[in-house]
Amino acid sequence: MLKINDINVYYGNIHALKGVSLNINPGEIVTLIGANGAGKSTLLKTISGLLKPKTGEILFEDEYVAGKVPQLIVKRGISHVPEGRRVFANMSVEENLELGAFLRKDKKGIREDFEKIYGLFPRLLERRKQLSGTLSGGEQQMLAMGRALMARPRLLLLDEPSMGLAPLLVKTIFRIIEEINQTGTTILLVEQNANMALSIANRAYVIETGKIVASGTAEELGQSDQIRKAYLGGH
Amino acid sequence: MFPIPIFRDWEFIPISNGGSAFMEQLIQQLVNGISLGSIYALIALGYTMVYGIVKLINFAHGDVFMVGAFIGFYSITVFHLGFFPALLISMAACAIFGVLIERIAYKPLRNATRIAALITAIGVSLFIEYGTIYIRGAQPEAYPNGIVPLKSIEILGVKISGQSLLILAVSIFLMILLQFIVHKTKIGKAMRAVSHDQDAAKLMGINVNNTISATFAIGSALAGAAGVVFGMYYTKIEPLMGIIPGLKAFVAAVLGGIGILPGAMAGGLLLGVIEALVSAAGFSLWRDGVAFVVLILILIFRPAGLFGKNVREKV
Repeated sequence: MLKINDINVYYGNIHALKGVSLNINPGEIVTLIGANGAGKSTLLKTISGLLKPKTGEILFEDEYVAGKVPQLIVKRGISHVPEGRRVFANMSVEENLELGAFLRKDKKGIREDFEKIYGLFPRLLERRKQLSGTLSGGEQQMLAMGRALMARPRLLLLDEPSMGLAPLLVKTIFRIIEEINQTGTTILLVEQNANMALSIANRAYVIETGKIVASGTAEELGQSDQIRKAYLGGH
Repeated sequence: MFPIPIFRDWEFIPISNGGSAFMEQLIQQLVNGISLGSIYALIALGYTMVYGIVKLINFAHGDVFMVGAFIGFYSITVFHLGFFPALLISMAACAIFGVLIERIAYKPLRNATRIAALITAIGVSLFIEYGTIYIRGAQPEAYPNGIVPLKSIEILGVKISGQSLLILAVSIFLMILLQFIVHKTKIGKAMRAVSHDQDAAKLMGINVNNTISATFAIGSALAGAAGVVFGMYYTKIEPLMGIIPGLKAFVAAVLGGIGILPGAMAGGLLLGVIEALVSAAGFSLWRDGVAFVVLILILIFRPAGLFGKNVREKV
């Protein structure tokens, strides 16, 4: 579904992604784990078009999307839930969701998706008219995810959905991620909470200072001594 | 000066007469102030919208107001159009003009330092002022009388000029229209999204460049409308006429809280009323100064503006 071949991304002089390749099959949950500053968010931003790779190619459903503007990429079917949620704090929950469907014209479909998302996140329905800046962190995460789903993506990019949330909420969020996946949305999940990520993922990649250093099924990586030491706090 | 009744003897100087003359003056000055203030408000909205979305004080905005006044003037005198067609043409032309300014002068500097953009804005302002003088000369023009044949209207025994009421009606209508655009339409929501977080807006599929252009277009159209209304009310227009109203509208925008739409409206009206009252109290020479005293006071005591912090309708 998504094929990334040997991309190199720079921030000015800083070489942030060094020849990264990655592959996602339809229906999968793939997780990308790595430390702070390893390049996880950079990779997601490059996929969604906020950053342009200097070299290399990105194919989504066999079409070249590397270097395209975010608008076109959203239209193709990739939605990105950015790190730190980035909800529009000055707008209501409902308006945030509406903006998620910005490129869509099918009024009926949008209405159905509103229902769907309120079904998935009942908290958002309760707080429909509330300014999103007044929501709790967990609610904002739900809103950011709901907003991305309003574009009816086939591939959903999630950047650190567990960041700053209480353990119980993290569980809820991950359960919902699985639910979203079961309705047919492919997911690329970036996480520092590697344990949780591996528990729901099919496959995983490990990124270190801009390079993919390991990949495999979630079980394989979960059992690897090296990975356990570095990312799972294991013994 | 106010006619201050001296109450030495209740029998000789009836309160009712003195009181009503005072009230009449006061109300008339308030109406003047509100009319002037609504012009400031229309200009201030453009300042605050542009600031909200690109964090730039567009010092050329007062000159767009001037260009609007001239386009209205030529529409009326050369093309013999009525007030409303002239208003619409001026708004449309200013909208295009505003977009051109943004695309040519500001867009290349989107990622430059803010001071570079600010200096560019001052340059654009001077360019428009002296470009206008170069094209048509520096001589002032007078808006023809009687474009809108409106009689004075008496409300509660106070005569209010029809023009004041028309200005107020046009301004209020445009402000309501703006609120509608910003809150109910797709482009308005895109504007608010971009002003809050450009990258997040991009991830929604919003075209940030077009949204910024639309903001300039709407802000400039409001300035164009203010220009026509100003010309009709104050009659005299000239190429440097945008400087002082532009600066005062900037003060109004800061007074209300820069980046906040209702703040710009309230700031404009408040500033207009303050000026009118200062004139009414007999200090008309101090009128322009007072606006800047207000700016200094607000920067010292409430830098976020009257509507700052908790209210957040920024575009």
